[in-house]
Amino acid sequence: MTRKKRRLYFVLAGMIVLSIAAALVLMSFQDSLVFFRSPSDLVEKPISPGRNFRLGGLVEEGSIDSQGVTHRFRVTDLNETVPVTFDGLLPDLFREGQGVVAEGSLTEEGLFVATNVLAKHDENYMPPEVAEALKKSGQWKPEGSD
Amino acid sequence: MVAEIGQFVLILALVTACFQGALPLIGAARENRPLMRFGDNAAFVQFAAISGAFACLTIGYVTSDFSILNVVNNSHSLKPMLYKISGVWGNHEGSLLLWSWILALFGMAVAFFGRNLPDSLKARVLAIQGLIGVGFLMFILFTSNPFERISPAPLDGNGLNPLLQDPGLAFHPPFLYLGYVGLSITFSFAIAALIEGRVDPAWARWVRPWTLAAWGFLTIGIALGSWWAYYELGWGGWWFWDPVENASFMPWLAATALLHSAIVVEKRDALKNWTILLAIIAFSLSLLGTFLVRSGVLNSVHAFASDPARGVFILIFLIFVIGGSLLLYGIRAPKMKGGGLFAPISREGSLVLNNLLLSTITATVLLGTLYPIFLDAFTGAKVSVGPPYFNATFLPLALPLVVAMAFGPFLAWKRGDLAGIVSRLKFALFAALAFSGFLWWWQTGTPVMALLGMGLFAWLLVGSVLEWAERIKLFRGPLANSWKRMIQLPRSAHGMTVAHIGVALVILGITASEAWQSEHLGVMRPGETVTVGGYDFRFDGAEAITGPNYDAIQGTFLAYKGDNKGVYLYPEQRRYTDPPMETTEAAIRPMLSADLYTVIGEADGDGGYAVRIYHKPFISWIWIGAFVMFAGGALSLSDRRLRLGAPGRAKRASAVSSAPSEAKG
Repeated sequence: MTRKKRRLYFVLAGMIVLSIAAALVLMSFQDSLVFFRSPSDLVEKPISPGRNFRLGGLVEEGSIDSQGVTHRFRVTDLNETVPVTFDGLLPDLFREGQGVVAEGSLTEEGLFVATNVLAKHDENYMPPEVAEALKKSGQWKPEGSD
Repeated sequence: MVAEIGQFVLILALVTACFQGALPLIGAARENRPLMRFGDNAAFVQFAAISGAFACLTIGYVTSDFSILNVVNNSHSLKPMLYKISGVWGNHEGSLLLWSWILALFGMAVAFFGRNLPDSLKARVLAIQGLIGVGFLMFILFTSNPFERISPAPLDGNGLNPLLQDPGLAFHPPFLYLGYVGLSITFSFAIAALIEGRVDPAWARWVRPWTLAAWGFLTIGIALGSWWAYYELGWGGWWFWDPVENASFMPWLAATALLHSAIVVEKRDALKNWTILLAIIAFSLSLLGTFLVRSGVLNSVHAFASDPARGVFILIFLIFVIGGSLLLYGIRAPKMKGGGLFAPISREGSLVLNNLLLSTITATVLLGTLYPIFLDAFTGAKVSVGPPYFNATFLPLALPLVVAMAFGPFLAWKRGDLAGIVSRLKFALFAALAFSGFLWWWQTGTPVMALLGMGLFAWLLVGSVLEWAERIKLFRGPLANSWKRMIQLPRSAHGMTVAHIGVALVILGITASEAWQSEHLGVMRPGETVTVGGYDFRFDGAEAITGPNYDAIQGTFLAYKGDNKGVYLYPEQRRYTDPPMETTEAAIRPMLSADLYTVIGEADGDGGYAVRIYHKPFISWIWIGAFVMFAGGALSLSDRRLRLGAPGRAKRASAVSSAPSEAKG
């Protein structure tokens, strides 16, 4: 075993492992990219039903309707709204009029089935994506800046 | 007054660090002994100064001195003492101060324990430590001063995020930092070696205890963090592939690779350039992790308010440290001589495979973690990379790693005999197949991945024990003989076996809890009973209670199996007042066979409560396994050879040839 030969083995092994990794990355990357959409974004750049994405905005006032552990509510950026359904325990600080990020996918009928509803961590915290989406739709009122 | 003293000693520390970063380097270049020795004293002074600053801030917290802005923002007079103290590092400024303090502590430890290091190497290592210290202290003083005053002082503070008021999380950052900063020592050794242009087995021997310690602390830190997520967030999950978790996982992966490649340098004087590069990468990932988490680039509980000045400083610092060290590596590394030769099938070969896989895993995790940040920066698109990506890339790469973990230790240095090892491992293979087969028969409908995971657990567990038994020649002669061999076996060898068994236990915990978890989600009324995972859970109702700084709804569950008495579980839904916030406190009954996990949610206004109940088989073994891994590292660290310190370079050369028993260690 000469030094050159050993280096060749290393390079070969490295290339094999790296190409396997690259293949794995390429195969899974497209499908596991989770896009963020506000209700208005969703109108502009629709996402096909069944594909996972994150929906962010405010919980529309008066829209929460809970039956046991099944919750229905609407997410709005004050221009567009999306109806959401979620089975589970709503996070602490889930409130009407407050920012929310829900992860899930749309049905053919345009209902967003959430698998996970992300909590804000405290009273003043607004998920940055939601803040930005609200700014874009011109509905941003600086909340929590006090 | 306390704040001013703290500020002053912090400036003193910065000045000391500047000298520590410059004079010993000059001394080493000119072979000027007093200048080299200056590093030792500077390390002591720097440590004393930062300790002073840390003490000042702690006093500010303990006495609730609300004239200090940092205390106002993160503490409250009614907070329990433990969290007043942990509040010191539960914020951006304080956490950086903790970082610098640990950095100075480790620098001092090198100065103190490194008596047998060559003067020039020690001087350079301390100088690099000093330079890192300069970066951190400047960052603290210019952008994140913990001693800033506020006038007029408010009557009370804003409190600490209740999610962080938890014993698990109180100690999670210090352990992680011990790990991150421990890697700074290996980094400093690597840079010093590049400057000296020499890496040899003695170098690896000096570096190994630091790598081991850093790795052990990281293991504990990550385990504490995931344990906290498991019981505090109330989702029942323990790992989310969240960027913040990845930020600590990547340095751990790199440190694990480094730990193994340093063995090759130590025993065989090979893989030197690669080990140096790994040391640089591991510390760079630590820095990246610290800053990613603390800078607010990633949004999470960990991210504190950020301002642009910090971001710019961080970027410059990262470019300087990572870019500078890689540049130095590019210039100096090609000049270093390669070491001993070995066949692809050999102990070295298996460690190369280990490194290849671990660094590839690190790269895929890094890609998934940074991609959303880059995409946002360049296109403004908001995406996140979810667990499916990490599972799809991590698992296929980790699988061969675990398979090889049982093989590697059997292989001889230089040239191994694969056929012989296969025959010695056939019992492990049999155990794996039998165990999976049994589970397949016993639990019909088990997913293939679960069978694979359980098979890997059995394979690694039995393989590791077999290898250990082989070393002490168990059952191959009188037991007394094996006992004697066991006593004589270096502790680092025992440590490896223990750490590998720890990995096997983690695999058991992950696989079993993922595959056989049962869950109940629904509204329960008082008196109702549901059965989850073979346990009956009776809901006895909920009542309002008052804690020291919160109000809560507390539910009562009785969990029992058959006729036995059962256990009561009291999950809570807490509402803190300062800061106003709600948290879910899951009630968990951890057992070796399974965890019973209950969460109480909102009342339905009709006497019922939304509840979530999990039965998670063997999940405790994830943390038990992590602790066993840590214990393995600690055992290895206590090895006589490391404890006594590395012998001198010349002495060591003869020691190796006279100690053939080490050939397998």
